[in-house]
Amino acid sequence: MLAFLIKRTANAALVMLAVAFLAFLIFRFFGDPVEMMVNEQATQAQRDELRARLGLDDGFLTQYLRFVTNAAQGDFGISYRNQQDVMTLIGERFPATFELVIVATLLSLLVGVPLGVLTAIHRRSRVADAMQIGSIVGVSLPSFVTGILLILAFSVTLGWLPAFGRGETVEIGWWSTGFLTESGRAALILPSISLSLFQITLVMRLVRAEMLETMRTDFVKFARARGVPAARIHWRHALRNCLMPVITLTGMQIGNLIAFALVTETVFQWPGMGLLFIQAVTFVDIPVMAAYLMLVSFIFVVLNTIVDVTYALVDPRLRDDAVPAGGK
Amino acid sequence: MKIGRMLAVASAAALLAASAAQAENILKWGANRDIGSLDPYSYGDSFTINVLNHVYEGLVRYDIDLKIEPALATSWEILEDGITWRFKLREGVKFHDGADFTAEDVVASLTRVSHETSPLKGNLPAYVSSKVVDDHTVDITLNGTYPLLLNDLTNIHIFDKGWLVANNAELPTDIGANVEGYATYNANGTGPFIVTSRKPDAETIFAVNKAWWDTPKHNLDGFVLTPVTSAATRVAALLSGEIQFTNDAPVQDLARLAASPDVNVLEGVDLRTVMFGFPFREKLANGQPNPFADLRVREAMWKAIDLEALHAKVMRGKSRTAGAVVAPPIPGYAPELDALPGYDPEAAKKLLAEAGVPAGLEFELNCLNDGLVNEEQICQAVASMWSRVGLAPKLSVAPRAVQTPKRTGGATDVYTLGWATLPMLDAYSPLLQIFHTKEGNAGVFNWGGWSFPELDKLVQEAGKELDVEKRLAAETAALKIVKDKAIMIPVHQQPMAWASTRAVTKMPLFPDNKPRLWFARM
Repeated sequence: MLAFLIKRTANAALVMLAVAFLAFLIFRFFGDPVEMMVNEQATQAQRDELRARLGLDDGFLTQYLRFVTNAAQGDFGISYRNQQDVMTLIGERFPATFELVIVATLLSLLVGVPLGVLTAIHRRSRVADAMQIGSIVGVSLPSFVTGILLILAFSVTLGWLPAFGRGETVEIGWWSTGFLTESGRAALILPSISLSLFQITLVMRLVRAEMLETMRTDFVKFARARGVPAARIHWRHALRNCLMPVITLTGMQIGNLIAFALVTETVFQWPGMGLLFIQAVTFVDIPVMAAYLMLVSFIFVVLNTIVDVTYALVDPRLRDDAVPAGGK
Repeated sequence: MKIGRMLAVASAAALLAASAAQAENILKWGANRDIGSLDPYSYGDSFTINVLNHVYEGLVRYDIDLKIEPALATSWEILEDGITWRFKLREGVKFHDGADFTAEDVVASLTRVSHETSPLKGNLPAYVSSKVVDDHTVDITLNGTYPLLLNDLTNIHIFDKGWLVANNAELPTDIGANVEGYATYNANGTGPFIVTSRKPDAETIFAVNKAWWDTPKHNLDGFVLTPVTSAATRVAALLSGEIQFTNDAPVQDLARLAASPDVNVLEGVDLRTVMFGFPFREKLANGQPNPFADLRVREAMWKAIDLEALHAKVMRGKSRTAGAVVAPPIPGYAPELDALPGYDPEAAKKLLAEAGVPAGLEFELNCLNDGLVNEEQICQAVASMWSRVGLAPKLSVAPRAVQTPKRTGGATDVYTLGWATLPMLDAYSPLLQIFHTKEGNAGVFNWGGWSFPELDKLVQEAGKELDVEKRLAAETAALKIVKDKAIMIPVHQQPMAWASTRAVTKMPLFPDNKPRLWFARM
């Protein structure tokens, strides 16, 4: 097991190095940050000097190695635009993104699972058909469109919910939370719906497929034959057997949600990491872009590693040190 | 019983206080982006400087007509050597933390902004040194006679020296050195508003400075700056009243905003002149011989642009078609230079033939998609107009950060440029920065690599001439050369639009596109 863990960790580190390498390859095509930093009246000499001081004249390999060396020591540098320590900057934004993603995930489970079960049970009813069609719309509508539609309906026309921002937040140590204030909770509603819509349909379709599968198994038939109430069969016995893939999918999707939250964050001016990244791209703020990409790939790698390790714990055949069938 | 009454009185007082708090005039400003930092010397970004001007002030400032008036300095004179300016400072001014404003603060601020690691060094091009004469007098020495020092000083914000020293922020933040600066997170100026809290990308709250030295024309108790990057969300927030003012109302939504009974749209013409520049090098970027150094070719390209169509179709009638490279309010502008060449594709073809330009000449037209108003559409329209006279422009559209290195490095041919003469507000700005030969501090934006010695001479004269009439005459003469030689082709001054809800009763629109809330009322 230990060997397996070491191997997985080494793999993860390699993946992150590769991500950073690709990032630095691409950064050269983002343009020249110095042109964004100085003002119109700066002379050419001043521009060149600044470029040299930031080490932008070096080849990309040198820049990459410098970044990796510093990053390994936990130093991601200072943002060109905000002049703040990049890790602090990202740390400030992380709670906003995380709370949004968690709420969206919960929402997708709370809405997606029951809908999936219902459409599976009543799969011949008109309502279920409508849900299926509705879910296609949910999958195919880009989240910036749903975001704007939600804003138009609930902020402009009805005036119930704020169109942007995070409302009032409460600081608990370094974590800022919007859960504890009324305006913070109200501000969460529209962005989390917009972010979770895709996820809801995904969960719903997955649960439906699994349920249809489970409903055909023997134990369900036997339960029916024993006269167990239908609701108990569906919601307790059958559903339980469907949840394993749903949990795996949800766990893996958290990484996706964090990465794709940037669209929702831009539409709702949600002060999270995605919004920070989008602005960093506009201003060619290389330290912020690099750190963000590293963090997101780190989250992906960690989630994947956890899933792999869990599988290995559950299923000994997946371990490297597993004894092949037949023995030595 | 007694306690009960006291409680009742106390709660009544609390109620009163609460209702007074509700009646406060807090303006909610939704901008299209956030300020980068609370440090005005951090980043060459005019929006950041514009917002921080509510907190920090310069020695002089622009009034409501964009004329320079005294601010932290009350009077000034040029000493006998012609290069030293003596400023008398306003007495009794206090910083937000209560410190007195003195000559030491001016010297510390000028030293900070002109330090070699300051990205705003270029804002004070003629500065050499400054020294304290007495508590309220300061001498600023320049590298020669220079008439535009006051214009430059409008954007040089004054810090408190004691505050800078106490917080180890005397030097500008050097990102190259990987150290954060105190002034990035904190502000202490003399201006009409005080920063009370800041959450980057979420909101920055400003409260009125009750101890401001000037009599306020505004009646605000404060304002909240909220960036709302997405244009559609910004419009929605304005319609729902979550923001009360925006300095960037999207052009495509103006009709919708104007139709709403709760919204006022403020439209105007920006000072920014949009123009096209040409390469004067031997070869084009694709290695072909370059015909653009020939005056006839540039004139032909000018005649080939249907300015009326651009104005009516691309800009929806909101731009101001221009013949000169500076806008009418800019000193140095002359109406006769604003005459239009007239759209004449036949004459253009003839001129191109005379100059021996091969039919179907390929060249790159370099445009930004994050620069001017409708820049992409302008470039598409102009590219098709040039195609009609037998040229084959290849359109290259990308963000500023990508295009600028190509432009400065001569890796492209024809390009767009918008110039508002900020922060100087004088024709000297484009003359020195764009049209002068590229040498030393001059011609930083001379991307085409042209050189007109007679123009350089006039620009240098203007840069030394302290007599306003003579200086403006030299600038106008230089602008005439720009026009006669068609060095760049001006197209229009671009439109600008702000919008506010009915809650805002006064919001003067400034052609430099900078909101100044110390003139706002609600």
